Amino acid sequence: MKIKGRVWKYGDSINTDVIFPGKYTYTVTDKSEMAKHALEDLDPDFAEKVKKGDVIVGGRNFGCGSSREQAVACLVYAGVGAIIARSFSRIYFRNCINFGLPAIVSPEVVDTLEKGDIVEIDLERGVVKSARGIFEFPPLPEAVIGIFEAGGLIPYTRKRLGLE
Amino acid sequence: MGETFAEKIFSRKAGRKVKAGEFVEVEPDVAMSHDNTAAISKTFLSIGVDKVHNPDRHVVILDHCVPPADEKFARNHKEIREFVRKFGIKNFYDINTGICHQVMHEKGHVWPGALIVGSDSHTTSYGAFGAFSTGIGRSEMAVIMATGKMWFRVPETIRVHVEGEFPDFVGPKDLMLKIAGEIGADGALYKAVEYCGPTIEKMGVAGRFVLANMSVEIGAKAGYMIPNDEVLEYIRRRVKRDFEVIKSDEDAEFEKEYKFDVSDLSPMVARPHTVDNVVPIGEVKGTKVDMVFFGSCTNARLEDFEEAVKVLGKRKFSPNVRVIIIPASMEIYKGLLKRGILEKFIDAGAVVLNPGCGPCMGNHEGVPADGEIVISTSNRNFKGRMGNRNSEIYLASPQTCVASGIYGEIVDVRELS
Ligand code: SF4
Repeated sequence: MKIKGRVWKYGDSINTDVIFPGKYTYTVTDKSEMAKHALEDLDPDFAEKVKKGDVIVGGRNFGCGSSREQAVACLVYAGVGAIIARSFSRIYFRNCINFGLPAIVSPEVVDTLEKGDIVEIDLERGVVKSARGIFEFPPLPEAVIGIFEAGGLIPYTRKRLGLE
Repeated sequence: MGETFAEKIFSRKAGRKVKAGEFVEVEPDVAMSHDNTAAISKTFLSIGVDKVHNPDRHVVILDHCVPPADEKFARNHKEIREFVRKFGIKNFYDINTGICHQVMHEKGHVWPGALIVGSDSHTTSYGAFGAFSTGIGRSEMAVIMATGKMWFRVPETIRVHVEGEFPDFVGPKDLMLKIAGEIGADGALYKAVEYCGPTIEKMGVAGRFVLANMSVEIGAKAGYMIPNDEVLEYIRRRVKRDFEVIKSDEDAEFEKEYKFDVSDLSPMVARPHTVDNVVPIGEVKGTKVDMVFFGSCTNARLEDFEEAVKVLGKRKFSPNVRVIIIPASMEIYKGLLKRGILEKFIDAGAVVLNPGCGPCMGNHEGVPADGEIVISTSNRNFKGRMGNRNSEIYLASPQTCVASGIYGEIVDVRELS
């Protein structure tokens, strides 16, 4: 799987409240409306200008805070192709795998890439390419690769239960 | 080489000896969800199974916006009631019970040695009772409903050793903020944190709960303490089943150890907009506040109000401050009524609301206006957390929050005579 898009760059500890505010978590359920609120409290420009395949680059502890899956879903619905960070918060990382959104750990990418850079990610080979360099990243743990490859936890579970 | 608490829990569940770093697929003992159960139920239905794998394992508690603030929240609750009825989930608590993490142990759904998951990040709370408990996502909860099982990575363990006696007006919340400030919001990322040492051994249920609850704020997968007699006594009153206290072996491998001494700890405050932006009270003294929120799963227990009412004494809250008080559960609410504590706060000028999350995550019941400053007993001060990104949230202990409400600015509670 290849992902190509522009970089949106943010800092450390981008939390779930700024990605998808708590006040919407029980009432905003429509996909396109969720996409409109993505990163609302951090970067009001984002939802308007993001394009399919764009990549978010964040610092340490990306997605810390709430367990709300909408903080992953709203980015997927907005078109985000992958997130690259120095580290991910635990539940957020799980939610990414379970939602089929690539969550890539690469401190080098975070140090090097800037907002607006064009990147190309090759998930199978584990590389991020850009005009500023080529970076390798470690593959997902074996145990969860199946979930990711099935397109997320729900399709994976359906497959295992013989419902697909 | 011995095993850690986390390794023992997952080994028992997996039926083989597992070490930190391994992946397992196991059946949790209890699975808690709250107002997000409506969304979970839709995902569950999309899987295509026709029954909940084990309805008795699930606990559903309405708390995040109770009573519903508008017709959308009302519809959400209605869908949940219909779902639990249809699928035979008997452990259902409606809007008259309290905050999920409080209700879970009050109603006997938590015991030492249990593996508990919840679709809420503060599910780490039940480590206060010697359980391994951790937050998961909504899809994961839907899959547990369908299959009973979930995957986990067995975490490494960090030890936090605490010694010393708390000075007057300083307590577990100050300690936890100190820990968050020092270890950082990602200092325990993916790890289990074991709190130990003489201060922890003596600590009661309410204090332990603060540490376990806020363990997720330092990135931890779980926070845990060996139950003491007070905890065991509390649990035995509420849990009808046998249980076994599980402890790390002394020769288990711990990844890191931190040491804290609380003997000269001052009241601590987390400044906006991160929980690890922590300073001693002296550095924020004098900051004007517009609102005090005394509530949330972290610090709205009987003990918290009992300590805080001592600070209040016969004083009144500043007319420039709105003080919102929300006991964590109906049981606590009744206890406060009986002790005459709510009356004292009401007479001082506070607004007392029904048990639930209230304004903690910005759904209703006290959203701050633009430019306003809140001091809160809760656990998170992220931008927009209380529903307005143009407001600021400071986190502190119940004593510090009440003292600040009296003066209309952040004060050092030790200096009140
Ligand atoms: S009180 Fe706040 S932190 Fe606790 S469960 Fe409710 S919203 Fe979450």
